[in-house]
Formats: sequence, structure tokens, C-alpha cells
Amino acid sequence: MMVAQLLPAVERPELIWEGLLPVLLLGGGALLLVLFRSLVRALPESVAGQVAPAMGALSVLGMVLAGGFSGTDIPLGSVVDDLGWVTYLIGLLVVMAVVAWGVARLGLGLDATLTAGLALAAFSAVWRLWNDRLEIDGPMNIVGDQLGLDGFSLVFTGLIALAVVLVALLLDGYLRREGIDGVEMYVLMLLSATGGVVMASANDLIVLFLALETLSIAVYVMAAMHLRRGESQEAGLKYFLLGAFASAFLLYGIALTYGATGSTNLIAIRGFLDSTTLVDNGLLMGGFAMLLVGFGFKVGAAPFHAWTPDVYQGAPTPVTAFMASVVKAAAFAALIRVFVVTFGAYGSDWQPAVAVLALLTLLVGSLLAIVQRDAKRMLAFSSLGHAGFMLVGVQAASDEGVAAVVFYAVAYSMMAIGSFAVLTVVSGVGDRRTGLDDLDGLAQRRPALALAFTIFLLAQAGVPLTAGFVAKFEVIGASVSAGSYWLAIAAMVTAVISAFLYLRIVLSMYLGQADEDADEIRVPGAVALVIGVALVVTVGFGLVPGELDTITREAVPRLVSLGSAVTLGS
Amino acid sequence: MFPRFVQPKTSQVGSLFVSDFLRSYLTVGIFGLVGVALVGAFLGLGRLLRPNNPTAAKTEVYESGVDPVGDRWSQANIRYYIFALLFVMFDVEAVFIFPWAARLEVYEVFGLIEMAIFIFILLLGLLYAWRKGVLKWV
Repeated sequence: MMVAQLLPAVERPELIWEGLLPVLLLGGGALLLVLFRSLVRALPESVAGQVAPAMGALSVLGMVLAGGFSGTDIPLGSVVDDLGWVTYLIGLLVVMAVVAWGVARLGLGLDATLTAGLALAAFSAVWRLWNDRLEIDGPMNIVGDQLGLDGFSLVFTGLIALAVVLVALLLDGYLRREGIDGVEMYVLMLLSATGGVVMASANDLIVLFLALETLSIAVYVMAAMHLRRGESQEAGLKYFLLGAFASAFLLYGIALTYGATGSTNLIAIRGFLDSTTLVDNGLLMGGFAMLLVGFGFKVGAAPFHAWTPDVYQGAPTPVTAFMASVVKAAAFAALIRVFVVTFGAYGSDWQPAVAVLALLTLLVGSLLAIVQRDAKRMLAFSSLGHAGFMLVGVQAASDEGVAAVVFYAVAYSMMAIGSFAVLTVVSGVGDRRTGLDDLDGLAQRRPALALAFTIFLLAQAGVPLTAGFVAKFEVIGASVSAGSYWLAIAAMVTAVISAFLYLRIVLSMYLGQADEDADEIRVPGAVALVIGVALVVTVGFGLVPGELDTITREAVPRLVSLGSAVTLGS
Repeated sequence: MFPRFVQPKTSQVGSLFVSDFLRSYLTVGIFGLVGVALVGAFLGLGRLLRPNNPTAAKTEVYESGVDPVGDRWSQANIRYYIFALLFVMFDVEAVFIFPWAARLEVYEVFGLIEMAIFIFILLLGLLYAWRKGVLKWV
């Protein structure tokens, strides 16, 4: 009693629950999923076949609820206003029936359906927040000054949600083929995605660190999930050990930055750095260096890339797709928010370091990818090359550069998920056939699959009419506007070098001799759907990049303090 | 709003002017020195007083218990890891609950709900472990 009176009252953070909707759907959904699966192990025989389609139909309802159904700015809302409630409800029932039929047709499992449904609901919540809150109220804080909501965080949240949907569809067939049962993979993926979402919107270094750990720890376990494959275990252990090192670096960087600026809050740090001239900035520089090492590890930048090839190769292929899309995107989101936005005033101190990292990453990614004999390993090095490109955009440290990185993250995530989806089905039981020579003559065995893979590879090489070209073009454009000509030239040269290896695979797929006694490649319907979606996005945003370009240009990170936005370049 | 640099408070220790921040570390230093001195004093005293009679058994790591020499790859039962994990779970729970309980009146209903959510998540872990059959001693 006495103690309570002496201590000051606890300040409760101001919460905007609506803004937390994606986090609650992904994280809370994961908890409910594990609760449900702990209570109900096996469904009764009589209803087992109907539950997944029913849940698919329900998740449509969830999407509508999360997305809101009124207001003229929301697509579904305007439908209500135009057609009236009766037509709308009938249309909704039709959509639900179609989804239920689709789930039954694809033979999706219950866990995958629920995961995809939750992620789709989160995606539709992002849509609602963008149109209903962001366009009207502008950037805001949603949990005290710890979590922010701006176009930047929303685009990354939407990207992560979409990636979770696609990877869940991939995992369904994969887990069944490999005989891995249990809901753990889906729960871990949802938790990891929650961490990624919080990372993209964190306005405080401590929150950022916690989110990074939530993201990473789940992925360490996911990488080691294939219990009967030694490489998978090895990948999990390697990723965990090196990841723990990187976390320690990051935490030390946070501590040094706190020591130099007196706060862990990005808004306060930005305000302090803008208004104060430090007599001795050694502590701050140390903090920059440590933070850069920590983030460099997570985005897979050379020379902190040593884990990438082994982990990408060893992890189950759908998990590799998840790492290349969600983990990389979330890490870049955090890197941009901390360095470009918060440390913007000290650009001349960290930009050269990022330039060196970008150059090394581009070189390592393109040169070492050429000598690989394994397709997953090759794609791991090529993901390094892409990280290098995104770092070029970060180095520009401008609105244009940030927009280019956001575009690149969206485009690369889709290309990577598509490529790894193809590899998931080509590699066969046990992920055994992942060598580059296993792709020989794929065009004769599976023409459609070979064509899809060709398009993904060409997009990664940056061939025009694909999203990969637009992404590379925007990054290099931003780099040139920022005056980093030599970095832009280096990026273009490495793009040409890596085009060689993509084209070599395409050639071997069309001209190589197929192995006669290779198993037949089975493509589950869900994987075909994933490849289709990734193709549509990759080619669609290549042909008509305008829409995504507009979104990414609005997706510039903001730090909101006391009602006034501290923005880039202001 | 932002911290400003102020001249740190100083005080005199001997002939040195030391900031209050460093001065508080003086206690740690003195404590360490006393510790080292105590251990040294007792070991030295023992050396002077004890008879010296070495035998082979005394050179082993433990005078009783398991012989520490064995195969490097001897396996520890996986159950112990799971117990360790479960222990960490409840240990961490206690670390958070004790300070919360001490200030419960300040946190009011908000704190109660927060803690309920926290315990719910932990119990979820326990439920999962139980359904996995971890709690059964085979």
C-alpha cells in the first residue's frame, strides 16, 4: 500500500486498436491456431473433408470484416453503396461458395487454409487502414510512440501478409509430401510474420529488437523443421548461432546509440540528432557500425552473408521462399527506418559504409553465384545480389531511393517465391534433386513449369517488361540522382554478370537432356496457384508499373511526434 | 524534452576529483578487493595450518560421485532439455509476475488484463507441451 502511493502512476500508452489489426490477426491468429490444434488433434472422420472448405468460406467473411464494408474509399464499401445490401450479401455468399469450392478442389489442409485466411484478413485490414486512416488522417502513432503507422509500414505489412498466404499454400503440399505433420510450421510462420510487421512499424529500438527476435527465432526453428534431413538441421543450427551473434551486435549498437543520444526512441533520437551538435561522436559512430553489422546480417549483405548459402540450401524450400521474401523485406524496412530516417542528419557518416557493403554484396552475389552447382545455393547467392541492389537504394538516402527499395522488395519477394515454388516441386521427395543438372531438359518434361521458371529468372536478371527491370531501373535512377555514379555503374555491371547465370539455366532447361529415370514431377494445385499469382505480379507490374510505383512513392517512412510529422528531407 | 549535457557532479576522493557516477563504482571496487583479500587470507591460513598428505584419490575432480572420464559422445536424455525449457518458461513468468504483483494497485485493471494475456500465452505453451506428451515420464 505504502509503496504504491510513493511510486508515480503508470502512464498508459495511447492505443489505436484499428492500427493494430494486422498484428492482432497474425499474432493472435497464431496463438488461437496452436490452442485449437492442441485441443483438437484429429477431426472426426465424418466432417474432416468439409472443415477446410468451410473455414475457407469463413475467412472470406473475416476478410470483409477486417477490411470494413462501408465508406466510399473502400472498394467493397462502394459496392455496397452502388448495389445495395441485398445484392452485396448475395455476391458475398457467391464468393464464399466459390472459395469453399476452390479449397475443396485444391485439397488444401485445414491448417494451411486457416493460415492463408488469417493472412488474407490481415492484408484486407492493411487495405482498409491505407484507404480509411492513412489517406485521411496521415501518418500516426498506434501504440504510444512505440509503433507507428505510415504508408511505409503498411506496404511492408501487406507484402508480408501476401507472402504468408503464398508460402502457406506452398507448405501445404510440401509438408504432406515430406510426411511432416503438425501445425507448428504454420504457427511459427504466423509468429515470424508478426515480428516482421512490428519490425516494419517500430518507432523504438527496443521494440525493433524484440520484433527482430520474434521474427528470427521462429525462422531458426522453421529452417530446422525437416527432422529427417541432416542439411535442414545443420541450416537451423548455423542460422541460429550466427543469428545470435548478429542480435548481440545489434543490441550493442542500440546500447551505444542510447549512450550517445539519451533515448532508444527513434523520434527522440531524430530530434536530438537534428538539434544538437555532438562534441565527440565516437559513441554514436560505434553505434552506427554495430547496428549496420546487425542489419547487414539480417538482410544478407556481404561480408556478413556467410550463413546465406548454407541456410537457403538446407532449409525446406518453402521456408527458403519465406526467408527470401519476408525476412529480407522486414530487415530492409527496419534498416531504412533506422538509418535513412532517424540517422538522416549523419548521412555522410553512414552512407559510405553502406556503399561499401552494397558494392561487396553485389560482387559476391554475382560472381559466386556463377560457380554454384546447386539451384537453391545459386538462388541464395543471387538473393545476395538483389540485397546489394536494395542497399544501393538505401545508400541514396532519399525519398526516391526509399520508394525504389520498397518497389524492389515487393518485386523480388514475388520473384523469389515463384522461383522457390518451382524448385519445391522439381526437387521431389526429400528435396534431393536441387542440382542445376536436375533442371536439364525441364522444358520437355514440364513445359509450363519451365516457362514459368524462365520468366522468374529473366525477371531476376532484369529483363524489360518484368517487375525486375522496373525495380532495377528505379534503384539505379535513385542512385544516379543522389550522385553515386560509380555505385550505379557497379550495380549495372553486376546485373550483366548475373544475367549470364540466369540465361545459362534457361538454356539448360530448353536444350539440355532430361534424366530418363527421374521421378515424375507432381505439381499440386496450390503450388500452381502460387506460381500463377507470382507470375501475374511479376509480369503485371513489369507491364503496368504505374500503380505499384504510385503506392511505393506514398510509402515513405514518417516519424510522428506530438502531432507533427518529422519527415525525410524536411 | 531531449537530454542536455550538464556538468556532472563531482566530489573529492583523496586528492582526486571524481564524478558521482564513477564514485559509485568505488563501492564495487572496494567490494571486489575485500573479496579477493578474504579468499587469499583463508587459503593462506589453511596452507599454514593443514597437514600435507597427497594421495591419488585426492587429485580427482570429485572425491565422490560419477567418474568424470568417459566417452565424449555419451548421450544425455532429451527429457532433461525439455525440463530445462519448461523451467525457463515458469522462471521467466515469476520474474515478470513478482514486480507486477508488488505494484498491482498502480496498474489497476489495465495491468490485470495485461498479465492475464501474458499468463494465457504461457499456459498455451504448457498446454502445447502437455498435448505433445512432454509431461509424461516414460
